[in-house]
Amino acid sequence: MTSSPARAFGMRTILILVFAFLYIPIAVLVALSFNKGGLPTAWSGFSLKWYASLAGNSAILSAALNTLIVALVSTAIATLLGTLLAIGVEMRRQYGKGLEALIFAPMIIPDIVLAIALLSFFSMLNLTMGLHTIILAHVVFNLAFVCSVVRARLKSFDWSIVEASADLGASAITTFRRVTLPVILPAVVAGALLAFTLSVDEFIIAFFTAGAGRASTTLPMQIYAMIRFGITPEINALATIVMAVSITALTLSQRLNPGITGQ
Amino acid sequence: MAPALVWLTALMVVPCALVLALAFFRRGIYGGIEYTFTLENFGLVFDPLYAGIFLNSARIAGTAALIAVVIGYAAAYAIAAAPRRLQPVFLFFAVLPFWSNYLIRTYAWIVLLNREGLITQLLRWFGYTGEQPSMLYTEGAVIAGLVYNYLPFVILACYAPLSRLNPELAEASRDLGASALTTFRRVILPLTVPGIAAGAVFVFVLSIGNFVTPALLGGGRFQMIGNLVYDQFLTANDWPFGAALAMALIAIMLLVLMAQALAADRASGRAAEAKGDADG
Repeated sequence: MTSSPARAFGMRTILILVFAFLYIPIAVLVALSFNKGGLPTAWSGFSLKWYASLAGNSAILSAALNTLIVALVSTAIATLLGTLLAIGVEMRRQYGKGLEALIFAPMIIPDIVLAIALLSFFSMLNLTMGLHTIILAHVVFNLAFVCSVVRARLKSFDWSIVEASADLGASAITTFRRVTLPVILPAVVAGALLAFTLSVDEFIIAFFTAGAGRASTTLPMQIYAMIRFGITPEINALATIVMAVSITALTLSQRLNPGITGQ
Repeated sequence: MAPALVWLTALMVVPCALVLALAFFRRGIYGGIEYTFTLENFGLVFDPLYAGIFLNSARIAGTAALIAVVIGYAAAYAIAAAPRRLQPVFLFFAVLPFWSNYLIRTYAWIVLLNREGLITQLLRWFGYTGEQPSMLYTEGAVIAGLVYNYLPFVILACYAPLSRLNPELAEASRDLGASALTTFRRVILPLTVPGIAAGAVFVFVLSIGNFVTPALLGGGRFQMIGNLVYDQFLTANDWPFGAALAMALIAIMLLVLMAQALAADRASGRAAEAKGDADG
């Protein structure tokens, strides 16, 4: 592409405007979490008191604990199932259309549809809903994401080394542990980190499958309830912490497996 | 792979089939479900009241998709024109907000748009002393929230074809006497239609089924299909009608995806033609 000064200036202006649009709302939110005053908008000095008040808020702490349980358990199950699924599909190289649709569907199906489907399903089974039903639901989309990350890695995998390992007398388990796993491990960990983040942030499906009562409220559900009530600097502080956690997990995931964020 | 397939079947395929079946039953008198076959839930979807909400949702989602594509395409174009080594960095930071919590990104707009928010304060700083503009709980706020939330994906979708574009094509077009605008319109744009279509469809589909953004930024005043489904399941307790609405949502989504596949097909045909012209 040709580069005239006017064109370069134009391109730079577009980049500045777009990044301002993307980051100013977040920056304002984070800055106001350190605001001394109770007013959520006017700056009146630096303070960490809203972070301190979070630490004393039992509703938020129990929601955070619930979120951690849901995210850890659903990530563990999804990583195991998603990795095995990826290996199964790629090793046989039989890409049936129905199979592809089944694996792809959880990633494109609107959250609200999966949410009401699971709500109907669980209530028809007369299942008492709680953290366990949220976990069952989160595994559905998490395993699809883990599977797609691991599959991308396996596309360039040379399956003849698996055969070679078997020919040399290694058992299937030894072959997996010593040959396949080391190759795909970065993708598996990256997929797990992605699944963890998705689960921590997921709101709609958790909201519909949590059942009644506060006992199974997750952090996003707690945040939603607080936002509906109004703006408080406490929400800003909580939002800042949640964002820091997801962004750290995603950055780690990206480093382990470049390309996960779509590059 | 069997356990994963069982999991997906039991907790996605079966529940979705159940919702489809539910849509053909009748609502019981006390809010339960009466197991008699009926089509009236689908008839109700076309009732002027609900059809109006569908059209309204489609208009809001369409506006959001259009704005997101214009901004996202410009951003992707600028990123693709940046030095090669900077492109992955720009792309990473363009996508990063997308991976943070959706509720939080929406809340950030409440902080900006409320009566005492940054935008009002900026207006005052510039000397505006009139009536406080109410920006929150408007259709504009809903659209801004949707564009903001889904923009990163559009940037990503448009960047892919733009970065693969052969610079010689644009050069050839200019050498043959085409203006910059003609080159863009006749060479670059047609070759990048698949990215634009993918981005637009993504924003449209996710927006039309959204219930969080209309609830938070629209203050409940702007019902979209997502809110309607939410209401049937959690407040009105008319699950069969809610199920029919969800099926209508899926039908719209599939139609849009099919249109996108068609557009991409035609674009690749045209791209092959353009490439043939350029090569010949």
